[in-house]
Amino acid sequence: MPIEISEKTIKRDFIDKVIKLSGQDINLCFQCGTCGGACPMSDKVDTVPRRIMRMAQLGMEEALEEVKSYWMCASCHSCTVNCPRGLDIAKVMEALRLLTLRKNVNMFEPSSLDAETMRDLPQIAMVSCFRKLTS
Amino acid sequence: MKVSYYPGCTLKTKAKNLEDAAVASMAALGVDFEELTRWNCCGAVHSLADDDLIHQVAPVRDLVRAMEQGSDKVVTLCSMCYNTLARANLLMRQDEVKRKTINDFMNEEKDYHGEVEVLHFLNFLRDQVGWDTVRNAVKVPLNGLKVAMYYGCTLMRPRNVAIEPIGDTRIMGEFLEAIGAAPVDFPEATTCCGSYQILANPEAAHDVSGRILESAIRAGAEAMVLSCPLCEFNLSKKQPEVLKKNKISREVPVYYFTQLLAMALGLGQEACRFDLNSECSVELLKNKNFPV
Ligand code: SF4
Ligand code: SF4
Ligand code: SF4
Ligand code: SF4
Repeated sequence: MPIEISEKTIKRDFIDKVIKLSGQDINLCFQCGTCGGACPMSDKVDTVPRRIMRMAQLGMEEALEEVKSYWMCASCHSCTVNCPRGLDIAKVMEALRLLTLRKNVNMFEPSSLDAETMRDLPQIAMVSCFRKLTS
Repeated sequence: MKVSYYPGCTLKTKAKNLEDAAVASMAALGVDFEELTRWNCCGAVHSLADDDLIHQVAPVRDLVRAMEQGSDKVVTLCSMCYNTLARANLLMRQDEVKRKTINDFMNEEKDYHGEVEVLHFLNFLRDQVGWDTVRNAVKVPLNGLKVAMYYGCTLMRPRNVAIEPIGDTRIMGEFLEAIGAAPVDFPEATTCCGSYQILANPEAAHDVSGRILESAIRAGAEAMVLSCPLCEFNLSKKQPEVLKKNKISREVPVYYFTQLLAMALGLGQEACRFDLNSECSVELLKNKNFPV
């Protein structure tokens, strides 16, 4: 499917926000795909990290809102330690999550956990999940 | 030797077997492990957003507690606590502007500049206790039990807090050798187990956990050691689901590394706490005639 890229579609303020939140110069990404090769979730997500980086560079705000993969990211930093451009991709994923979460949206409902699941669950599982996926 | 120890919340509840075994082992090795008199949850994950300083307050408070106690080192067991505390500590050491903001915000506390060193228990064992001391204290050598060394993510990444340089990790192997086990390296030793996605995307987490277990089996491991209660949950508590989903036919016994240490030091069940492990984990030790 052809994607229109023009001054109209490139959301500059969105690019600025991603750069500011992540502290990463996303323009450094040269699309090698190493990050996706290192990502444990890459065979399960709709959009690999390389593609997310490109979409972010091009300020594709709406298209990125549809992407599910940064919600499946486990913040394992495999991408980060392998990027030849020294980009901390895990921080870019976090920036994208926060741009949604900060609109007071929950991507996981704590109340959906039943008592039986809670009984065995280590606290770190809950604390980290709520930190990453709730507002 | 007196050392400050930060347990974290999971070790006080769901991972008593990680903690009890470590504390008893330290006593047996003559180390005075002093739990911080006051501590709070560190937040489990390091905040990755540059503008989010409020989530650094919790781990920094814990570091201030250690400093107040007069310690220059604080030891942690849980891999996630280690990562969170170590990264907050680096931030306080390296970022002048953020350090000032955080110190100003916590104006009731002493200013903190990264005075305390955050150590994972494995590094503490190697550098402060020493493998020779451990080796000499072993009463029940593990008789070459083939144990897969699972590091997971948070001990190894990012690079600036890795407990050893990535690609040159020997520490778990040295530990296992010191207690008489045969360390088994395997390709997925530092692959993420799925972490908190076990709640949001359990199927995906089961897949990655399956890859790890399969890789350990293929490398010839009889069992696996780890250091994180969330890894333990995903790889052991959830193992029945993982095996079924990935059509893996063999169970993998999983232990916290501290449990094998306590057993090797000849400590009893109240220290080893194998009662909190899976059935197959206890079975394996029984079959090998270890005291369980
Ligand atoms: S590894 Fe780095 S440079 Fe390569 S695609 Fe990923 S972000 Fe871009
Ligand atoms: S941090 Fe997220 S995107 Fe990066 S490798 Fe891990 S799961 Fe994949
Ligand atoms: S990481 Fe955890 S176990 Fe560690 S203190 Fe924080 S939430 Fe608790
Ligand atoms: S729970 Fe998984 S994500 Fe966390 S340290 Fe363990 S391996 Fe890593």
